[in-house]
Amino acid sequence: MGATSEHGHGNDHHGHHHHEESWVRKYIFSEDHKMISKQFLITAIFMGIVAVMLSIFFRLQLGWPGEKFGVLNFFLGDKWAPEGVLDRNAYLALVTIHGTIMVFFVLTGGLSGTFANLLIPLQVGARDMASGFLNMLSYWAFAISSVIMIASLFVEGGAASGGWTVYPPLSALPQAMPGSGTGMTLWLVSMVFFIASSLLGGLNYIVTIINLRTKGMSMTRLPLTIWALLVTAILGVLSFPVLVSAVVLLLMDRSFGTAFYLSDIYIQGEALDVTGGSPLLFQHLFWFLGHPEVYIVLLPALGISSEIIATNSRKPIFGYKAMIGSILAIGFLSFIVWGHHMFVTGMNPFLGSVFVFTTLLIAIPSAVKGFNYITTLYQGNIRFTPGMLFSIGLVSTFLTGGLTGIILADSALDVNVHDTYFVVAHFHIVMGMSAIFGMLGGVYHWFPKMFGKMMNNKLGYVHFWLTLVCGYGVFFPMHFVGMAGAPRRYYDYSEFPFLDWVMNLNPIISVFAIVGAAAQILFLINFFHSIFYGQAATQNPWASNTLEWTTPVKHLHGNWPGAIPEVHRWAYDYSNPEHEEDFVPQVVPMKPGEHAH
Amino acid sequence: MKLLIILVIVLAIIALVQLTKVYDLTRSLRKTREEEITPADNKMNANLMLVWMIVFFIGTIVLYGKYHTYLPDSASEHGKDVDWLMDLNLWMITIMFFIMNAMLFLTAWKFHYKKDRKAKFFAHDNRLEMIWTGIPGVAMAFIIVFGLITWNKITGPASAEAIQVEVYSKQFDWTVRYAGDNKTFGASSFNLISTDNALGLVTREKIQSKLTEIDAEIETVKKQIEENKKLPVMPDSYIETLQDKIFRLQRHKQRILDLNENKTATGLSDWESGADDRIAKGEMHLPVGKEVEFIFRSQDVIHSAYMPHFRAQMNAVPGVPTRFKMTPIITTKEMRKKLGDDKFDYILLCNKVCGAAHFNMQMTVIIDSPEDYATWLAKQKTFVAEEKKEEPAAKSDTTATAMNNMGANAVVAAK
Repeated sequence: MGATSEHGHGNDHHGHHHHEESWVRKYIFSEDHKMISKQFLITAIFMGIVAVMLSIFFRLQLGWPGEKFGVLNFFLGDKWAPEGVLDRNAYLALVTIHGTIMVFFVLTGGLSGTFANLLIPLQVGARDMASGFLNMLSYWAFAISSVIMIASLFVEGGAASGGWTVYPPLSALPQAMPGSGTGMTLWLVSMVFFIASSLLGGLNYIVTIINLRTKGMSMTRLPLTIWALLVTAILGVLSFPVLVSAVVLLLMDRSFGTAFYLSDIYIQGEALDVTGGSPLLFQHLFWFLGHPEVYIVLLPALGISSEIIATNSRKPIFGYKAMIGSILAIGFLSFIVWGHHMFVTGMNPFLGSVFVFTTLLIAIPSAVKGFNYITTLYQGNIRFTPGMLFSIGLVSTFLTGGLTGIILADSALDVNVHDTYFVVAHFHIVMGMSAIFGMLGGVYHWFPKMFGKMMNNKLGYVHFWLTLVCGYGVFFPMHFVGMAGAPRRYYDYSEFPFLDWVMNLNPIISVFAIVGAAAQILFLINFFHSIFYGQAATQNPWASNTLEWTTPVKHLHGNWPGAIPEVHRWAYDYSNPEHEEDFVPQVVPMKPGEHAH
Repeated sequence: MKLLIILVIVLAIIALVQLTKVYDLTRSLRKTREEEITPADNKMNANLMLVWMIVFFIGTIVLYGKYHTYLPDSASEHGKDVDWLMDLNLWMITIMFFIMNAMLFLTAWKFHYKKDRKAKFFAHDNRLEMIWTGIPGVAMAFIIVFGLITWNKITGPASAEAIQVEVYSKQFDWTVRYAGDNKTFGASSFNLISTDNALGLVTREKIQSKLTEIDAEIETVKKQIEENKKLPVMPDSYIETLQDKIFRLQRHKQRILDLNENKTATGLSDWESGADDRIAKGEMHLPVGKEVEFIFRSQDVIHSAYMPHFRAQMNAVPGVPTRFKMTPIITTKEMRKKLGDDKFDYILLCNKVCGAAHFNMQMTVIIDSPEDYATWLAKQKTFVAEEKKEEPAAKSDTTATAMNNMGANAVVAAK
């Protein structure tokens, strides 16, 4: 795999002469992957703050229905929260935009955008991404889509309100609900930009990983972060185009009178002039992206945690090849399981059986990953850095949330818990909490690399424990609310006496949510304070093996001041008995007679 | 009040920032580095792992203790199978939940950093990998087989004796239609929906009245255009909108003329067999012990008919009729006695977000003894009877619509 050496040396001039860049080129329209990564991170943090605030607003209504809250009126105004009571349409808009921002803007754009940009060139040993220009476009498409999505909160009629899955006809007919007007159009336009961003980014990541690896960096020596990011990018490039077509067809149904998703509809006193379409077509297209999307969110987090857990256990990741195999298996299977979102749509039951089979197969590679994480910790020498804590938290949420997936994958059982709080609990734990933990862990771990400063550990500890306790406090009880038959996306449950006895959980859940959200302020303070006043970082603070820690603390355009280092071993030689030190960086040549892994 | 809250938040943040600074100062005095985790910190976090595990497990057991009877016993035949399977799965995943989390947190607790210990270099072990690929594989095989057996039972074809019930949804209520004495539903079409024909049932009279209604509407719009031509007050684009409306009405008319009449098994056509269909709103009665096949239809957006007590759910999709079958086995009366709750009712609720009032789109389901069911059904109006009774009202309705149109026109003209 030495083919890349040519490239590495050919790029050398980059590192040497340093022309001063204008402020705008350096901080705004930067083509440097490290700067773009920071741009993604800061944008995602902003979007995350918005999404968390929205969730607190609707948790107030769910916890104490009909109660008046000055804070709601303060933020949402007299139109959406008259006298401090949340409006019904506003409730649906909040739920929808919370989901959209979290899934796409924080956990897809934010997570992949930040860590793929930061880690891919640094860990494979490249001067920069294959195309810095496309990379810049990728960020700016993301920024535009973020602005449009936020703007949609302020339009007449409110933001999109049909749930983050925007099923037509509800989303296609402006007369169906206020949120299906301008807000929905902006949602769709924002998604088109978002998908453009993902595709530009994804192609760049794939090309960089395949072509720009330094000398000696064979595929089987890549850190697991890179494997996870590679498979993530492939999933994105294959599935996002399907979503863009679904979105464009929906735009046409809304604006140009086509009927891809519409048929036989009578609404607001009028029989619509559209026949022959099928609402189920949209669901198939949407979930063809939607399910791989779950793994687009999850895999980078799993990659990040593999790296952090190995480094801080001072042990090689257990079953490196099995971990790669399970990433590939999960990636492949994620394309043939989308129908499990549609068991009760009237889809052919036999087709349903096939999706039951493929979906439950995913449990096998997932279980392998879970056991491998635990075995990595076993007999290690664990340093509890904040990054490590979040990674261990991730393993717990991944296992806990994954197990309830077994029930949802079983179509016979899904019938009774479909679209209930059981589902909300499942995906918030397995996807939401896990991916957020991966992201936060990654920020704590690579903060020294991004900003040349250390974050404060003590604040990190408080942040982690509050987040873990509150996260489980919010989502774990929801399983029981769901099994008792409480549907999701309900504004108020007081019309259903049979649910009264589980609804006493709702105020408790809301309190956990508020405390958990407040705990994130600790992170924000730590993050921004450390950027300016944190302890200066050393070159390799965590005593880690991977290539990014061989670059100087101060960022260079081109990453390494001299030649790109050559790689001689895999990324996980921690506590190798053939060496004195408990870590052996990838750039250290093999000793005569040493066994490779 | 608002100011006070903001003030408190701002002060709290300032206090935290100050604390951080104090911490930074003491750290630089002690010359410790952030990446060197102190033994005390390692120990504390390791112990917290253990504490958290215990709290987490106790919390889980308390929640199970309190909420394990998540729903009353299934009131449907297939629901018993579903509950059995659910219990089996819940037991399996709960046990796995405890084992895996205990392994994780105990390992993290036990192997925290010690200065003189070197971690064991243990990179892979094929035998272990085989074990934890194989065991989940076998477990999944069992789950898949049991799951699919139940799934096939639930989704298999309904028997010939099954009572067919149409559940019709729109924003934001449910209507039920029973096939009547001839046991055959009349045809329906969204093109014929009007105030006196909420389900859009097809009969010759309904077709005629709808066509008349559309013709009248076309005439009204044409008149509006004529008036505007005489005295042009509106812009051309408005005229185009009106002309477009005429085209749409004409297409609507054509769609009605295109409707086909089909023979049914009863010898009547499907335009005739609907005359004795019985329609009920707000309540759905079903007989105990008889298989029921639901046919779900929707008028506007996707709804979902969810009956948690029967472990039944199916989406209602506009343009695509869907089906679900079940056999109720416990009457409402029996269930009330069982639960000791006189006010208990089975319920059908909407479980696919459908608009502002989605959270209250419900219908009571009542399971009767076959005799009570027959009595109740006989009291429900048949479609034709209802139509005859409401005919005068329907006429005035058409006039009202026409007047409304003229009124709207007057408003627009006044602008």
